[in-house]
Amino acid sequence: MSIILDHVDYVYGGDTALAVHALRDVNLVIPDGQFIGLIGHTGSGKSTLVQHLNGLLKPTGGNIYFNGEDIHAQDYDKKKLRSKVGLVFQYPEHQLFETDVFSDVCFGPKNLGLPRQEVELCAYAALKQVGLEDEYFYQSPFDLSGGQKRRVAIAGVLAMKPDVLILDEPTAGLDPRGRDEILDQIARLKEETGITVILVSHSMEDVAKYVERIIVMNRGSVLYDDTPVEVFKHYKKLEEVGLAAPQVTYIMQALYRNGMPVRTDATTIEEARREILRVLGRQ
Amino acid sequence: MGIIKTDKLVFEYIRRDEEGNVEGITRAVDEVDLDIAQGDFVAILGHNGSGKSTLAKHINAILYPTEGTVWVDGMDTQDEKQLWDIRQEAGMVFQNPDNQIIGQVVEEDVGFGPENMGVPTEEIWQRVEESLKAVGMYEFRKYSPNKLSGGQKQRVSIAGVIAMHPKCIILDEPTAMLDPNGRREVIRAVRALNDVEGITIVLITHYMEEIIHADKVFVMDQGRIAMQGTPREIFSQVEKLKGLRLDVPQVTLLAYELQKSGVALPDGILTVEELVKELSAVYHRG
Repeated sequence: MSIILDHVDYVYGGDTALAVHALRDVNLVIPDGQFIGLIGHTGSGKSTLVQHLNGLLKPTGGNIYFNGEDIHAQDYDKKKLRSKVGLVFQYPEHQLFETDVFSDVCFGPKNLGLPRQEVELCAYAALKQVGLEDEYFYQSPFDLSGGQKRRVAIAGVLAMKPDVLILDEPTAGLDPRGRDEILDQIARLKEETGITVILVSHSMEDVAKYVERIIVMNRGSVLYDDTPVEVFKHYKKLEEVGLAAPQVTYIMQALYRNGMPVRTDATTIEEARREILRVLGRQ
Repeated sequence: MGIIKTDKLVFEYIRRDEEGNVEGITRAVDEVDLDIAQGDFVAILGHNGSGKSTLAKHINAILYPTEGTVWVDGMDTQDEKQLWDIRQEAGMVFQNPDNQIIGQVVEEDVGFGPENMGVPTEEIWQRVEESLKAVGMYEFRKYSPNKLSGGQKQRVSIAGVIAMHPKCIILDEPTAMLDPNGRREVIRAVRALNDVEGITIVLITHYMEEIIHADKVFVMDQGRIAMQGTPREIFSQVEKLKGLRLDVPQVTLLAYELQKSGVALPDGILTVEELVKELSAVYHRG
């Protein structure tokens, strides 16, 4: 059970003078149950890539396999694929439209043709998974706070019981606590259900804290594909391609240059704290 | 009186249900007194729904006070005759660059504001050139905006505001949609406008690292000003900020965690350099 991208190419406006090579020879294996961070500067191909994973875009070269089947084969059921690979777009709350929260979340499973009772069970479970209290279920989604609206929108995708959840910058525009709450909830969801999560993010700190694997895109190609510790070792190269490392990485590098024998590969506050205390002999 | 002053500013809006019946009144800004001096770099923090954007929209007369008064450079924002002068003096930049750019070519977009103000053609071109140079986008003047990155587009939006020769720019989460490089570019441009041109800056953001150089920070909660002070004074209060759904820069948080583990460090460390200096001292003392 996995997603495989095999030599995937994607060219926009192929027959015109304005052709843009948005993906170049992308090869990836995404096994079940991983928590993956996808990073890259604006225009690096992240969004194009995730739109290939649920078949919204068709590669101009190469193949994509979901659970061993070519998703662009003639008899492949795309509708089922889209329920299995759930994509939450940026600012998903702009897509809320129903008169109450519960109906909005029911929309996805209802369109899958499930019986009404099952639709409602799925919606209920999804709203619980994103941590929304019962009292909000029959309110208009437009009366909720920004963070709550976003949870409802994520629940709308979870209600289809996907095996893979792709979130395109789920924390953009949220306050710091709102960011932590959404990401903590997603991490818990992943622990409890074993769902694969792909997090597209511009926050290196968030990526370092939550994911086990980082894929770095640059100009349509995969630049790095490794653990956070390994990827952020290349912080100079990351800066060249419009990214950065988490601030703690710079702290550790600077401490090392100043003669403190710390390991420089900490990527989270907790790792940095432990390493500094170790070197100071406080533990 | 400073360039921006508010006196007991209150803003209320009426919530209505689908039939238009009044459901209640929400007080989004609650008796806020601000006094911002010309040339200051001021940051406004606050969780979603704390009232900071509503407050900001009063400064260039998009919203009017329910009670109290707002003055921009001595002009009362409720005085309709001065509306255009106020909007010219206090320019606003929003979160999404794509909603703010209208021109087909970068230089046309930047010229839109002064053109609407009736500035003579020759001067418009002069202003466009100066403004694009001020944000480091002059070499892109002939580009189509849709060929630019998010950070570049946002700098074009800022240039469009500067071309109107404002005394003050209010930026409402200008970096929320940008990648790390875009964020750096925009913040660098904003700081340069403040340092070099002396333009008063009001920056609203959820990224704590962006405001460590501000002259003053206001923290909003439930429509009121809950905290105010220098970045160092504000970021020394880690627990209080967390209680207000906010955070501190990573370097400040690491210093705070180390303090809690018994390492002797001063409060409110803001930069990597400060922390490295203090920790090296602790290490070499042994």
